[in-house]
Amino acid sequence: MEATLQWISANQQMIYIVILMIFLGIEIIGRVPSVLHTPLMSGANAIHGVVIIGAIIVMGRASEHNYLALILGFLAVILGTLNVVGGFVVTDRMLEMFKKKK
Amino acid sequence: MKFDILTICYIVAAVTFIVGLKMLSSPATARRGNLVAAAGMFIAIVGTIFLYKDEDGLPLHNYAWIFAALIIGAIIGVVAAKKVKMTAMPEMVSFFNGMGGACAALISVIEFDYVFRAAEKMNYVHFSEGVVPGHYLAIVAGSIIGSVSFAGSMVAWGKLNGSFKDVIFKAQHTINLLIFAGVIVLAIITFFAVNAYADYFFIATVILALIYGVLFVLPIGGADMPVVISLLNSFTGVAAACGGFLYNNKAMLTGGILVGAAGTLLTILMCKAMNRSLTNVLIGSFGGNETSGGGNARTTGGTYKEISISDAAMVMRYANKVMIVPGYGLAVAQAQHTCHELEKLLEEKGVEVGYAIHPVAGRMPGHMNVLLAEADVSYDKLLELEQANDALKTTDVVLVLGANDVVNPAAKNNPSSPIYGMPILDVEQAKTVIVNKRSMKPGYAGIENDLFYQPKTSMLFGDGKKVLQDLINEIKAL
Repeated sequence: MEATLQWISANQQMIYIVILMIFLGIEIIGRVPSVLHTPLMSGANAIHGVVIIGAIIVMGRASEHNYLALILGFLAVILGTLNVVGGFVVTDRMLEMFKKKK
Repeated sequence: MKFDILTICYIVAAVTFIVGLKMLSSPATARRGNLVAAAGMFIAIVGTIFLYKDEDGLPLHNYAWIFAALIIGAIIGVVAAKKVKMTAMPEMVSFFNGMGGACAALISVIEFDYVFRAAEKMNYVHFSEGVVPGHYLAIVAGSIIGSVSFAGSMVAWGKLNGSFKDVIFKAQHTINLLIFAGVIVLAIITFFAVNAYADYFFIATVILALIYGVLFVLPIGGADMPVVISLLNSFTGVAAACGGFLYNNKAMLTGGILVGAAGTLLTILMCKAMNRSLTNVLIGSFGGNETSGGGNARTTGGTYKEISISDAAMVMRYANKVMIVPGYGLAVAQAQHTCHELEKLLEEKGVEVGYAIHPVAGRMPGHMNVLLAEADVSYDKLLELEQANDALKTTDVVLVLGANDVVNPAAKNNPSSPIYGMPILDVEQAKTVIVNKRSMKPGYAGIENDLFYQPKTSMLFGDGKKVLQDLINEIKAL
């Protein structure tokens, strides 16, 4: 119990961020027209690609003899990059089509 | 001092994610919003690579590996995203989402490995001695949610590109619930296990989570995949946020939770567009157990009548107002350009042409808008549901192109139908309805459509593109 409480106070900033972001996330897309559902989902998909930062840190911290971490980390960076790069490019392609028709 | 610059990078990234997402939800700023978020992501990634220092102040190493992986990922990502056809974009999003989920799961697995090895070195008897519950929770939640998201997205991807069919077996929901309970139990056992076995239990947890991800998506009908992808998208967001906890990284946390919350709301909004609840999508109706039991939804049969190309051309040429109802069939046939040609031709001949766009026509909300925009169809020709239903009252001919469930009157008058309550396009209000389909097979939701048997309705069988081309030639010849 004490360990848990300690963990909470050690991470209190993080916990504040979680709570605020939940409300913010709901608030900012509250009035999205249905036409934009798909691009918005795709854009959000690219944003959670931020997980790649974790993959890079894992990869960069792995010792040279820890093959498990090296191989899995390498894979994780590839997959994370796919998510980020692919996600933003696909979203841009979708939105490009919306723009043309003015 | 360098560490401070990285902090600023992360703050900038977090702000761009929020602003970008906000801009993405309005048509005028959407494209810029995407670029803003991408720029922020770039700053965060570059900053991490060059400025990150661990607790002991050491910079990252293994640069060769990192850059190799970044380059491989970026090349595959760009090529895949550039080459994908408009119709296949939904499954592409699902695929990328799965990659993100897998990435989050892998990070957690590696982190578990670190903790596990550290505990081994200290000769702890129980795994729990070496780890704070909160830290373990972040690890295990990240790996479970990431795995479910990965496996589920891959199934959704496979379903949309046709390599998986809906699989339904008895007591499926009970089995799924049991498996999910099993995942949780295993995760708890791992924590309290004797250290020598903790890794086996952890691996079992991850494998079971993968199985759960597959079984979770398998029974859900293809028509509901957008909702599922959106839900899995928010899962991945949460998994990424767990990674943020592991590395005390606020950019990951902000981005992850933001997407988790926005994604959940978006999922609910998508369900609302179909007038259904999320539970109904996940455990019920389309492709769920009830459908097989609710066979009375399929009782319709009877006779339908066909119309020839030349008759159809004639009817449309001499109509005052034609309304086109596009659906997934149009996307599959890649007939959007031909469709636009037909529209232009009819307009030249003095016929008023509009498109009635159902919010969930196709495989994704907004799918039809994107598709028709690709063919340069003017924005003001696209009518949304309510507008379209008003306009349909004064329409002479409705041409339904590969749409099915969105024009199924069962949604209005058959309470036992799985799509009962979904707002539909009331094409029956028009004088004549011409339906182009490849065959009489029911649509993706697997429900018979009464509309096809109405006296007003005529069927025009054939591939969408070919039929439209024939119609164009015929009208030109008239």
